[in-house]
Amino acid sequence: MPGANGSEASATKAAAAEVTGAEALLKSLVEEGVDTIFGYPGGAIMPVYDKLLDYSDSLRHILTRHEQGAAHAAQGYAMVTGKPGVCFATSGPGATNLVTGIANAYLDSVPVVFITAQVTSRLIGTDAFQETDILGISMPVTKWNAQVKNAAEIPDTVARAFYIARTGRPGPVLVDISKDAQLESMTFRYRKCTFIRSYNPVNHLISRDIESAAVMINHAERPMILAGHGVIISGAVEELKTLAEKGGIPVAVTLLGIPAFSHDHRLFAGMLGMHGNYAPNVLTNRADLIIAAGMRFDDRVTGNLKKYAPQARVIHIEIDMAEIDKNVRADLGINGDVREVLTAMLPQIRERKREEWIREFRILDRTEHEKVIKPETEPEKGDLKMGEVVKAVSEIAGSNAVVVTDVGQHQMAVARYYRFTDSNTLVTSGGMGTMGFGLPAVLGAATGSTGRQVIAFIGDGGFQMTLQELGTIMQYRIPVKIVILNNNFLGMVRQWQEMFFNSRYASTEMVNPDFVTLASAYGITARKITSREDLKPVAAEMLGSEGPFILVAEVSRTANILPMVEPGASVSEVTLTYNSKS
Amino acid sequence: MKQEFTISLFSENHIGILSRITLILTRRQINIKSITASESAVPGVQMLTMVVRTTPEMVEKVARQIEKVVDVLKVFVHTSSEIICQEMALYKVTTRGLMSGSMIGDIVRKHHARILEVTPEYIVVEKSGSGAEIKELLALLKPCGVLQFVSSGRVAVTRQVKELNAYLREMDEARGARQETLEFYN
Repeated sequence: MPGANGSEASATKAAAAEVTGAEALLKSLVEEGVDTIFGYPGGAIMPVYDKLLDYSDSLRHILTRHEQGAAHAAQGYAMVTGKPGVCFATSGPGATNLVTGIANAYLDSVPVVFITAQVTSRLIGTDAFQETDILGISMPVTKWNAQVKNAAEIPDTVARAFYIARTGRPGPVLVDISKDAQLESMTFRYRKCTFIRSYNPVNHLISRDIESAAVMINHAERPMILAGHGVIISGAVEELKTLAEKGGIPVAVTLLGIPAFSHDHRLFAGMLGMHGNYAPNVLTNRADLIIAAGMRFDDRVTGNLKKYAPQARVIHIEIDMAEIDKNVRADLGINGDVREVLTAMLPQIRERKREEWIREFRILDRTEHEKVIKPETEPEKGDLKMGEVVKAVSEIAGSNAVVVTDVGQHQMAVARYYRFTDSNTLVTSGGMGTMGFGLPAVLGAATGSTGRQVIAFIGDGGFQMTLQELGTIMQYRIPVKIVILNNNFLGMVRQWQEMFFNSRYASTEMVNPDFVTLASAYGITARKITSREDLKPVAAEMLGSEGPFILVAEVSRTANILPMVEPGASVSEVTLTYNSKS
Repeated sequence: MKQEFTISLFSENHIGILSRITLILTRRQINIKSITASESAVPGVQMLTMVVRTTPEMVEKVARQIEKVVDVLKVFVHTSSEIICQEMALYKVTTRGLMSGSMIGDIVRKHHARILEVTPEYIVVEKSGSGAEIKELLALLKPCGVLQFVSSGRVAVTRQVKELNAYLREMDEARGARQETLEFYN
């Protein structure tokens, strides 16, 4: 029974009251500080939805148009608020439709509590109508999951779910509740979970490791920080900045770590990896010390591992022990919370300037600017470029605007050309690379961030994977600004076809609907731009508008995202140019 | 170089735990040679003993991933020299075949096996030992006509002195120490 071995009783609240399991679930969510739920009803979860009507003052339910949308929306909400997102779905197809969203949250370490309904307990295992083994299906993509068949177990299981989702390396959890458990009566009593015997979310720091790390940093001539999502999750943005400034250490970021360090800072080195910046990729292989903080050396970051950072010693600061030595062997692995580690380390870091080393970055930056950035963001003739659209929006939007992307070329354009200066400003699908993530994620992000501008950049392909969520945006009047970067192609796949498959464009060209007309069916204001002159005025109109707005930018059909670390190449072999053969 | 490792792990006795653990091994295409689940010396804690064949680097990686599973308390990886292990086997042999020579005496004295049941048709022999010893006896019995043969997975205890309880205590202490460090820095 959950809670039997460890959930220490704390803050016992609410006098005993007889409620149904469904109501106990909602009361538990309220106890956990939940105010928003994304979901979709169905047969098995009807008792919960019925009670939800009585809780409309404290729990806002957003009805998406597909369960996958609810899952992504809950993740978008979690990423901007820092609180676990909550998502409801019914049994069977409702539950299986969540799987992509669960997996996406799992790979990007985002806390989301998924509640699925299950058929009546005596029918479980009999292939009943809308029965599916969601526990088994979700096992490889959840941090933890459990099934509840008695109402009495609901509060403790929910408490456990929230505790596991948000502590340590965060991640999605799933609680499957049978229909009879939802209807059964029980005495409600809530105890927050603060301890599980078998679960040690954050390791205790070893002071000898901290000292070793400081010595390694102080003695390095060419150190480089690689900052990942963990910096943002642990709230270590300030500590990272102090470390960089004190030690004179350039900071490169991963895709999800992009807003961990201000792009206006002189020590900002850019994004790492396949379509990252030139300097940090090339200089990874020049560095004599890599300080990896809250990141996991994904293959898109490292390129060919055999030729990765050959001159560098590696300090890997990571909350998840299983990530240390998984892809890159660490000379010093520090298993702990990034903020705690950096805080302990900072007093021992010597002040250094390292101007020579920083100059190496600036020189390569100039080359990249000349060859790639300038032509992409300030072209004077030819088709509209994704980069210039992103830059135009970035210049008008406020620094605390939340930016959401889908997956593909436009995502890389945003990662490269949007100037992020505040943390918690980027919501994107990293590890999974889930097309269709953008639209539901932006409505979730907007629901969780009142008073902030919320902007999504989405490609024409990804947009059409989940475009039904325009209905959700319409119904709840969610004031999101959506930029569709339309090249009438599945751009990233087309780019690979051009580069590695002899320009054989197999099933990547798209015949698209008129997105402006489509938006009008949903009562959403939309404008299409095809020329450079219209870009800034329409971008300003969009960001100045009250409600939802869609800007459709018709961009170059066959532009490539560069630079690129080609598959199998070393990061230092990053190429700046590609001579189109077609 | 691939070699044999014994993964011993302690976990809460929750439904689904075995699936979560085997999933990790399946993803890495590691075949489980044997698996045994039983109660441990600590009440409520179950012990799983798995034998796998893989490289030292890989076993280290999967052990960390297994330890990450919420309901897993502690994982140990051992090479054959670091553990004392046994397997147990039952052999059902035709009575006629077994009685024909001087086999019975050999089986009991040389192979330290036991006779569990004797009927006019068959005799059931039990033997504990290493996998190799069990196979050796099987080869010996083959000519007598083996009707059934079954052997258990490996069970193992470590040569190290530190026990699970000590690790549990350490985890508790580390948690307390961490709380103090946090208070110090904040």
